[in-house]
Amino acid sequence: MPEEILLMDKITKVYPNGFVANKDVTLSINKGEIHALVGENGAGKSTLMKVLFGIEQPEEGKIYIKGKEVKINNPLEAIANGVGMVHQHFMLVPSLTVAENVVLGMEPKKNGLFDFEEAVRITEEAVNKYNLKVSARAKVEDLPVGFKQKVEIIKALVRGAEILILDEPTAVLTPQETAELFVELKHLRDQGHTIVFISHKLNEIKELCDRLTVLRLGKSVGKAIVADVTEQEISKMMVGRDVVLKVEKTKAEPKETVLKVRDLRIASDTGRTIVDNISFSVRKGEILGVAGVEGNGQSQISEAITGLLGFQNGSITVNGVDVKGKSIRRIREMGVSHVSEDRMTYGVAATSGVKDNVISDRYYKKEFNKGLLMDKKKIEDLSDRLIKEFLIKCDDRDRAVKMLSGGNMQKVVVAREFSNNPKLVIANQPTRGIDVGATEFIRKRLVELRDEGTAVLLISADLNEVLELSDSLIVMNEGHIAAYIPDASSISDMELGEYMLGVKKQTPEEIARVAYD
Amino acid sequence: MGEGLFSQIFDLLFTTSFAASILRVTTPILFAALGGLIARRCGIMNLALEGMMLTSALTGVVVSAFVRKAVLGDLMPADAAYEAVSGRAVAAGAAAGFLAGVLCSVLMGLFLAYMAVQLKANIYLSGLAINTISTGGTVFALYLAAGEKGMSSSLNSCTMPVIDIPIIKDIPIIGEVISGHNIMVYFALLCVPLVYYIVMRTSTGLRIRAVGENPNAAESVGVNVKKVQFQAMALSGLFCGFGGVSLSMGYVSFFSRGMTAGKGFIGMSAMNLGNATPIGTTIAAFLFGMFDAMANILQSLSVPSQFIASIPYVATLIGLIVFAIQTDRKTKRLKEKHSK
Ligand SMILES: Nc1ncnc2c1ncn2[C@@H]1O[C@H](COP(=O)(O)OP(=O)(O)OP(=O)(O)O)[C@@H](O)[C@H]1O
Ligand SMILES: [Mg+2]
Repeated sequence: MPEEILLMDKITKVYPNGFVANKDVTLSINKGEIHALVGENGAGKSTLMKVLFGIEQPEEGKIYIKGKEVKINNPLEAIANGVGMVHQHFMLVPSLTVAENVVLGMEPKKNGLFDFEEAVRITEEAVNKYNLKVSARAKVEDLPVGFKQKVEIIKALVRGAEILILDEPTAVLTPQETAELFVELKHLRDQGHTIVFISHKLNEIKELCDRLTVLRLGKSVGKAIVADVTEQEISKMMVGRDVVLKVEKTKAEPKETVLKVRDLRIASDTGRTIVDNISFSVRKGEILGVAGVEGNGQSQISEAITGLLGFQNGSITVNGVDVKGKSIRRIREMGVSHVSEDRMTYGVAATSGVKDNVISDRYYKKEFNKGLLMDKKKIEDLSDRLIKEFLIKCDDRDRAVKMLSGGNMQKVVVAREFSNNPKLVIANQPTRGIDVGATEFIRKRLVELRDEGTAVLLISADLNEVLELSDSLIVMNEGHIAAYIPDASSISDMELGEYMLGVKKQTPEEIARVAYD
Repeated sequence: MGEGLFSQIFDLLFTTSFAASILRVTTPILFAALGGLIARRCGIMNLALEGMMLTSALTGVVVSAFVRKAVLGDLMPADAAYEAVSGRAVAAGAAAGFLAGVLCSVLMGLFLAYMAVQLKANIYLSGLAINTISTGGTVFALYLAAGEKGMSSSLNSCTMPVIDIPIIKDIPIIGEVISGHNIMVYFALLCVPLVYYIVMRTSTGLRIRAVGENPNAAESVGVNVKKVQFQAMALSGLFCGFGGVSLSMGYVSFFSRGMTAGKGFIGMSAMNLGNATPIGTTIAAFLFGMFDAMANILQSLSVPSQFIASIPYVATLIGLIVFAIQTDRKTKRLKEKHSK
């Protein structure tokens, strides 16, 4: 008989603006299991976990840990009750070392001073015990995302967390890092820890989790043993209808070249070469996928094309016009749209409303202005239309974007970028953190844009996504193009993986084929 | 006139008294910069440095004068016991003035924290408001205490002692430059490693840095963010208060209206130029102190005084611009070098 370690009983959470994010939600978790919490964007998963971690206070409902009722008023009390949380957005201090981040708030002292060596020892003890390989003396800002996450997990564990909440931990990880994380999480489970795991990727849930609970529109609508249900069934429980995970797509009919990148070289602020002399082209009416482990120069390419980042050598032209030295607005007016992977920095103005965000790239245009004033009616019509069309869950077009759920923020970005009649779309991780239903929708829209004659550059760490959507494909490795695959449907996952990891590489001639005029 | 003026300038600048005056002039700037440093490390731009210094300068003078008077009682210089009591009175007055001035600045730091952290008022506006209140408030208080609106010279206030460093004072040149300063000069130099230790080596310092960089992260592990911000602002006020009393109880023994003359803001710029690191901040403070000292010395020449008075501020501005350009160039160079 499994022992119930946590029971959240009939939790109701109403945000100060009157929005009911959780309504009578019940969540029961057994000791030593990995329990998945799934649901569409805005279903209330993060909210429920914030209640458990003491960040939000529920209006109604009770929480029992090991059969005893507890009141959790703040994160400190959650920690005292053995609950630890790895947040959707990391809670780390970049300029401090790993050890300093780990002991922050419970610093060891010697002679009144902070004892750094002791902090290192505490960290290394956890590193060894839980097999989470990360260097205690490294600065957090120098670590790749996967390692930052390990630091977060260690932070929770050294504070004695028995129940570990992971809110979309894999959204920012590469497939390799995800695999590593899963090994570590299973190891933790075997040591008796209990894990609550939130993800939109159903294959991950199938692979990792024991049981699952489904939330829909703030209510718990189902529970299941993972082994007993298929991915199709899970998504049906989440969305309430059948979801087509496969996108229907005809063969591309590429026309003239829109984007031409030649001998592009980009260096970082510290002088490291990030993108090393690469050339490629994207044609009207095709989707060129860029596969590769994240951090191999993909983001810099997309930022260079859209004018966010300067580049040192080479040229980038869009429909024959050089983008070098042009302002971002000029580049956008050439028909370039950009879905940035970093939605909080480049995607949205978090404290502004949905309406202001969707018109932020066109508010100055004649059609939205009447003389000196903005045309309120037109702007409102447009934002209402986009909210409806892109299924953005918000109760009001003036709702501040930061109050939306992670996935709905992404939809705000996509709505703006896909609706300005783009000639070229740079889509960098367009479906990151988005639920299955909305992912299906965004992928369909991308294919529709292509069919309408838009050139699409699709950058994604999600292999399924690149393979499924792309017509042709380049693979990035350490700032180089490692391979060009003219027909994306002809390559297997395995082979792609080998190019991504740099095990295999095409000849320069083969790669040069992607630089047509 | 050109050539004559330049040789005059050179004669003035290459003297031990000029070198010594750099140390003297830098002291309040350095204190203010250290105060600004701690505030900035915890994420608060303390624009009130100027007003806090000014108020503590006045408080120091007034309290020291009162305490001195109280200790002396009715004794007159002609009295026999005067000699014996006078020394004690000055010492007590100086100590009390020092403590009161510093305490006043600490309280103002806490008040600013209360405004910005607790009541969530805009930190820049709150800081500027404190400066404005201090400018007028000190004149008003001065009038109440001394019956004057310009200077406190009618008050018999005390100064901190001057220190002759043994051995060093006998070395030619070096002795003249380094020895024989007011104790606050040496104390300022001692405060540099002190601030380094507080910020970089104590757990409070670690929390201050964490809160300054990512308050959410600090909060999520149970750090009391508000408390840390109050602590940092109290420390900021402490160092700023040292700066204030060093102005009115160091080389001069009076308070005059507006006597900070922008030193708080110059300290602020030094801290920014030094990127809030103790060493960088100190170097920048000395740089600005040098220009300030230069302006003092050049006043004896036939150059328009308005021009000379503007030197430290223009130097500050140029310093900030050069720093920004340098940083920009450096990254550019790095990028170019690697893209050959
Ligand atoms: N501070 C807030 N004030 C008002 N409403 C909020 C606030 N935070 C979240 N919400 C709303 O509550 C709902 C649930 O949000 P939550 O973040 O829990 O969703 P989620 O299930 O985690 O979604 P996702 O998968 O997109 O992360 C959303 O519709 C969101 O707009
Ligand atoms: Mg969420």
